[in-house]
Amino acid sequence: MANIPHLLIHDRRDNVGVVVVEGLTAGTDMLCVVTEDDSERRATCNQDVPIGHKIALRDLAAGDTVVKYGEDIGRVTAPIRKGDHVHTHNLKTKRW
Amino acid sequence: MDLSNRTVWAYRRENGRVGVRNHVAILPLDDISNAACEAVAAHIQGTIALPHAYGRLQFGEDLELHFRTMIGTGANPNVAACIVIGIEPAWTERVVEGIAKTGKPVAGFWIEGNGDIATVAAASRKAKEFVHLASEQVRVECPLTDVWVAAKCGESDTTTGLASCPTVGNLYDKLVPLGLYGCFGETSELTGAEHLAAARAATPEIGEKFMRTWSAYQRDVIEAHKTSDLSDSQPTKGNIAGGLTTIEEKALGNLEKIGKKTRYIDVLEPAEPPLRGRGLYFMDTSSAAAECCTLQAAAGYVVHVFPTGQGNVIGNPIMPVIKLSGNPRTVRVMSEHIDVDVSGVVRRELTIDQAGDRLIDCVARTANGRFTCAEALGHREFVMTKLYRSA
Repeated sequence: MANIPHLLIHDRRDNVGVVVVEGLTAGTDMLCVVTEDDSERRATCNQDVPIGHKIALRDLAAGDTVVKYGEDIGRVTAPIRKGDHVHTHNLKTKRW
Repeated sequence: MDLSNRTVWAYRRENGRVGVRNHVAILPLDDISNAACEAVAAHIQGTIALPHAYGRLQFGEDLELHFRTMIGTGANPNVAACIVIGIEPAWTERVVEGIAKTGKPVAGFWIEGNGDIATVAAASRKAKEFVHLASEQVRVECPLTDVWVAAKCGESDTTTGLASCPTVGNLYDKLVPLGLYGCFGETSELTGAEHLAAARAATPEIGEKFMRTWSAYQRDVIEAHKTSDLSDSQPTKGNIAGGLTTIEEKALGNLEKIGKKTRYIDVLEPAEPPLRGRGLYFMDTSSAAAECCTLQAAAGYVVHVFPTGQGNVIGNPIMPVIKLSGNPRTVRVMSEHIDVDVSGVVRRELTIDQAGDRLIDCVARTANGRFTCAEALGHREFVMTKLYRSA
């Protein structure tokens, strides 16, 4: 079980990762794996975050671009700290 | 896994195409002929009625799409024989003649001047004859790559882009070079990844055709009709519950379905059959599951692979829909809907390559006759795409 990651990151350039375990609680020391090269790192989550939801890998300011798959997935609408839950409350599309 | 000589047991139709099911379809030309079709299907065992909501007073491009979908559905190789029932003879005969070009048995009946009861009696007699013909057909050995496989994802979440969509991409990367016909669509749902989708065309001209199609959908459908920024519809509420935040993020996961290297060789109109030979095709479709699957089946695809994150339960009456999921919770709480569990990918217990092999194996078993979850559960969503209001 020790090798099962808590968080997966698509691309080394990404500033968010995806929670892939159920019941992740605030303060967990997460095993994070970058899927493109299987490299590992560790990070701590600041809140309880549901499976499938994103966590910031670094601090982000309003107006910054969130990067996932190495691509632009939208803009930050409220300040985000490393380890924070990233979703509709602090990230918005640049389209529509 | 050596796939180059992999075979399945399937039905070789009159026109050479391979079908994996052996339906006798009772196809209504229009909404008001549904009752007669359902009466025939209730009476004659081994038939399936395909009720739908449209077919009256349509015109222009919308009417052409209606005919293309009707004819394509009856012509699909999963259909052994077809009865068409319409309110009047002219449009009914147009659909019958279109299906007859495949060489398969087809007959048309109309209700005006006859009434439902006489029409149902005559159509039932013919349907019974077709059931005898179909039930004597035997499966023969066919190359796996003669089984046309379409794809669409639904109720996506972030695991879709990590596990189930790349698994479909792996299937295409392995089988398209061996001669498979593939198809992906969901025009508006590529928004945010359209530059990457355009770059995956086989030639710059095909990429430009893709961009024209995508831009037209934005302009004529989204911009023309939106009342807000679409954040209540794309991503869907289910997508958002599953962790997807923006259309860009959803689109990037969606595009994983075409793999790492496969290039598409043409851009198809909705329900248009692929005519440029073996390869992957993009089709201009809605991103709603039932509409997209119905259009792909009408274009001639006989098996569908459907990645889901939160658990879309879609099926199709004539084309088996194989569902795969990489979300451990969905696989656990909705297990009756998931044909292929690829949740091992997010635990790093299963590689995408192994997951792709698992999906290819399920496609082969489904082609051999194994019921999908959607078939066993009776999912028969048949939904016509309508381009605008009728006259």
